[in-house]
Amino acid sequence: MRRYTPKDNVQAKAKYTDRFWVAPRVPHEEVEEGSFFASVVDELKNSGIEILDSYIELGQLVVKIKPEQNVDALKVMKEKKCFKMCSELSAVDYLAQDGEFEIFYQLLNLDEAKRARVITRIKKDESIETVENIYRMANFAEREMFDMFGIYVNNHSYLKRILMPDDWEGHPLLKTYPLQGDEAASWYEVDKIFGKEYRDIIGPELRDPARIDRYDTQRFARVGKEVPFGADPELIEKTETPIEDRYSKTFLTDYTKGSKELENRR
Amino acid sequence: MEKRSVRMAQHQVNYASSAGLPVALTTADHLINWGRSNSLWPLTYGLACCAIEMMASGASRFDFDRMGVIFRASPRQADVMILAGTLTKKHAEFTRRLYDQMAEPKWVISMGSCANTGGMFNTYSIVQGVDRIVPVDIYLPGCAPRPETLQYAMMMLQKKIRRESANMNKNKKQRFI
Repeated sequence: MRRYTPKDNVQAKAKYTDRFWVAPRVPHEEVEEGSFFASVVDELKNSGIEILDSYIELGQLVVKIKPEQNVDALKVMKEKKCFKMCSELSAVDYLAQDGEFEIFYQLLNLDEAKRARVITRIKKDESIETVENIYRMANFAEREMFDMFGIYVNNHSYLKRILMPDDWEGHPLLKTYPLQGDEAASWYEVDKIFGKEYRDIIGPELRDPARIDRYDTQRFARVGKEVPFGADPELIEKTETPIEDRYSKTFLTDYTKGSKELENRR
Repeated sequence: MEKRSVRMAQHQVNYASSAGLPVALTTADHLINWGRSNSLWPLTYGLACCAIEMMASGASRFDFDRMGVIFRASPRQADVMILAGTLTKKHAEFTRRLYDQMAEPKWVISMGSCANTGGMFNTYSIVQGVDRIVPVDIYLPGCAPRPETLQYAMMMLQKKIRRESANMNKNKKQRFI
């Protein structure tokens, strides 16, 4: 038999108490004495790298260092501890909570089959030294970091946007960047191809995928109420009682109001 | 548009008296559109996963060639641009340039949800419908559309061409073009 639960006042009670599920934090473990990772930490310390924090997370070593020592630290990791491969390099936006970027270097030691992550934090306006001369993959990865976050990398051989077009405005992976793009992004292709004066002709983007213009007799079939192709919309309006648009208006932005940014661009 | 009945008049031919030449009368519009609609050469222009279906349409199982549809790798030789896939804002400029490089008369098929409306990519970097860039003749729904659907779209385009005037200036212009 199923276990009985009292049903009185069940409507008033919230069904799920943990309505917004909070992901469990990955536990941080101590670096074990005598292990390979302990030797890595010791090697870094002996080479004059200041280690702010070090722990094991999911079987990987995480070392937190100062941003100005990133080249030295990675050089030690590669040359002394045989982390020959940098599999990933990027940044995380913590600007809202800490006013900082976290930059991480994910390293792989192929001999020991061990992974380690070197992390460092920089302030918003600070830049970081390139590690391109240690790991060749950093060339593209740092360009991507610059493209997505706007973090300048000192002494990089070719610091230029890699994913977005060169004349793009803004850095899309910042938490403050809207998912559907800012003013400049929403008009990018129109401005580039036709020029700004075509904005009025082409109109703003239709962001609501469910939106159907019921008076459009060219692009949409009107099921059950078929009219000739390209029939006059006014004629249809006369014969039918109009209904309100039922699509969500939250996506639609009023571009006619004119923002400060738009004025500046003009 | 002319009436259907006067489009083509076939005469019974007496081969003995007319030197063996069969005679068929038609209009210039009908003849030109017959030629145009039966040799639509699309530009090989795959942008994303819809391109796989487009390639399948051209291959032997679905066999686009039997409809006179032969893919061309140059916009100068193409009549139709099949926009097969997601168009990013970075690439929009090049799409428009390829469209401009095509010789008149030219048509555009927007293939798949992404090309029609931006599809599931409701993001900053995707063009929300290729009709912001180029005038579209046929919108082809699906994600991705089957090769049969693309062939049906091509047949619809043929129908559209046959119904239009051969003089492209007389045809209704779409939106901003």
